Amino acid sequence: MSFVLTEDQESIRRSAKKLVEERAPIAQLRALRDTNDPLGYSRDLWKQMAELGFAGMTLPETYGGAGLGLTELGLVLEECGRRLVAGPLFASLLLGGGAIDLAGSESQKEHWLPRIARGEAIVALAHEEGRRHSLYEVAAHAAPVGDGWAISGEKTMVVDGHVADAIVVVARTSSGGRDGLTLFLVPRDAHGLDVQRRATIDSRNIAFVRLGGVHAASDSVVGIVGRGADVLDRVLDRATIGLSAEMLGGMQEAFEQTIAYLKVRNQFGVPIGSFQALKHRAAQLFCEIELVRSLVAAALRAADAGSDDVALLASAAKARASDVFVHVANEAVQMHGGIGVTDELDIGLFLKRARVTEMMLGAAAHHRDRFARLSGY
Amino acid sequence: MTEIMRFREEVREWLQAACPVSMRAPMVDERDDVWGGRRGAFASPDQRVWLERMAERGWTAPTWPTQYGGGGLDAARAAVLEEELKRLGCRPALKSLGVWMLGPALLAFGSEEQKREHLPKMARGEIRWCQGYSEPGAGSDLANVQTRAVLDGDEYVVDGQKVWTSHAHVADWIFCLVRTDPSAKKHEGISFLLIDMTSSGVRVKPIKLISGASPFCETFFEGVRVPAKNLVGRPNGGWTVAKAVLEHERALISRMRDARASEDEPLGSMAARYVGREGSGIADPVLRDRIAQADIDALALKLTLRRSAESVEAGRGPGPETSTFKLCATELSKRRLEIAVAIKGFQALGWSGDGYAADEIATTRAWLRSRASSIEGGSSEIQLNIIAKRVLGLPD
Repeated sequence: MSFVLTEDQESIRRSAKKLVEERAPIAQLRALRDTNDPLGYSRDLWKQMAELGFAGMTLPETYGGAGLGLTELGLVLEECGRRLVAGPLFASLLLGGGAIDLAGSESQKEHWLPRIARGEAIVALAHEEGRRHSLYEVAAHAAPVGDGWAISGEKTMVVDGHVADAIVVVARTSSGGRDGLTLFLVPRDAHGLDVQRRATIDSRNIAFVRLGGVHAASDSVVGIVGRGADVLDRVLDRATIGLSAEMLGGMQEAFEQTIAYLKVRNQFGVPIGSFQALKHRAAQLFCEIELVRSLVAAALRAADAGSDDVALLASAAKARASDVFVHVANEAVQMHGGIGVTDELDIGLFLKRARVTEMMLGAAAHHRDRFARLSGY
Repeated sequence: MTEIMRFREEVREWLQAACPVSMRAPMVDERDDVWGGRRGAFASPDQRVWLERMAERGWTAPTWPTQYGGGGLDAARAAVLEEELKRLGCRPALKSLGVWMLGPALLAFGSEEQKREHLPKMARGEIRWCQGYSEPGAGSDLANVQTRAVLDGDEYVVDGQKVWTSHAHVADWIFCLVRTDPSAKKHEGISFLLIDMTSSGVRVKPIKLISGASPFCETFFEGVRVPAKNLVGRPNGGWTVAKAVLEHERALISRMRDARASEDEPLGSMAARYVGREGSGIADPVLRDRIAQADIDALALKLTLRRSAESVEAGRGPGPETSTFKLCATELSKRRLEIAVAIKGFQALGWSGDGYAADEIATTRAWLRSRASSIEGGSSEIQLNIIAKRVLGLPD
């Protein structure tokens, strides 16, 4: 398990970079935002990603996936992060699709995974309820009725929920904290399922979901009744690592744009990048980003190797990526000066994405708490 | 079996036979360090035996050519040797600024005569070297050195003062930056000179630090006569040699911090011992969060060192991340010791004597000593300058 990319990995990075640079300029995100596009992502780009095999990259070949590792997907997500791409790749492949891949029944896999891999279906995951990430605090509940379940409750921060063909919903089937959670695969057109799109600062596609006694057949359970947390932990570790890779791309791009600006912006007759007050802050950011890069790379590789420290590395990477992305984005805006707070310049979009990704799947303090617990203190 | 595997077996067998058992026990304090030199004493007969056996094979300087007292090993074999030494828990047979810093520079810039004269004695631990770089007026602005060396016949006459010369009071020779052309631009009038500390006119005065230790000295030169053949590289070309040595020094400082940190008690268990537990976690949530932050950063730094090493091994050369090592390693080590002091509370305020355990005093002294780590070998601010200039390409 090496940090040095193989030739195949280099080629995946190159093709992801090329695709994103050619087909997903940040202007595309602006257009989707400004026209209030009902989908909120580019169909054309998504189709291209599916054709390149990105949509099903980590899914098994038997279900139409590419059978590659999280390390390879991480390269693609990093490039997506650079251009703030808001496509369904992360949510569908790592969240909803991730749950089905890890714990789904044979018929669930046969039905959904090939569709996900072809980019024809999007499956979201509805796991958040409160004001911040707290995985086992679930009020949504599922009561047994006849041959299935009736699910009621409210879910927030459902990534790509409004464009999903199905949503994996976390609901409580018995009391307890971590115990008693069950995952249900709910089709988008289920009676009693209400999905409302939310407009977030970063134009990422987030939905609020209300379940009013939604009927779920018994074969819609993903995994084992009452044991959903075991699946969720593993799904979210992988998703957390993937999200950290995306954040790494975002912070790298915001940083590079800022360094370029420091070299061309003149004040007092010299480039502002010649001022030590700014040089030192820029050099600090460089160090921080390099540390994040190592944690993300190690976490991706640990996930692929199935090693014992996946959870520890996932939390280390997300804790550091959350802090550093926000720090880099704040500094990037400050160093750009007045132009940095205008909508015209892209740098503000990175600031917004930084805040959203910081909180998604747990902010830094949450992951440090988890890191400490996993380390035995 | 490949040649490398055969070499590994041979090394393992030899180390089993050659390394005295007491030299495989964990090091306790600085008496376990062997620095060699004419004035260096061995704390035990085994220390002497272990050094002599390793030096015999040239393995105190594994990658140097054999004719200069080295082991003549390529990078792969040197790595095998290091792994096998670590596997057996062998202590370093010799710690040496000569081997670590001056030797590589002499191999690159020294004359044939200089290499033959000095390298074998370094490798055998016969001569202990110290570094004469900083001066009262040349700290971060190192190129401002004012110690003069004036050519008089086939000798240089050296006058001036060096400061922060590590272990000068026990060293035999010193490698110095001296000004040989005061009229040239400051980087271009410096030469790299090797000086015998027993020369007449050399005087050394130890500096007592806030930690109580005196690892550094002031070194004074008054009309010291040095053979001109002791100049390394070309006259007035000393800055190039100096920079090469500095790069080795920075790599060394970050490696030493890394090694030391891994020997220390984990902060998590230290905190559990001092502030107690509440449920499964440390009772103080703020302290716990600081520890987790520091532990995550330590993990990140360790992984970054590995990432860089793998890139070098794969033939892709060191990436820009290497310039972060000295800064990150020293700043992190300072932070960890700050936290250790916070954990031990009142017990970290003792200087000596009753009421304080040995490990408590050690923590306190290490914390005080650590304040120097982000100043020596190029301060953190200088490291940031270097990153801004060389990596980010920001203008002067």
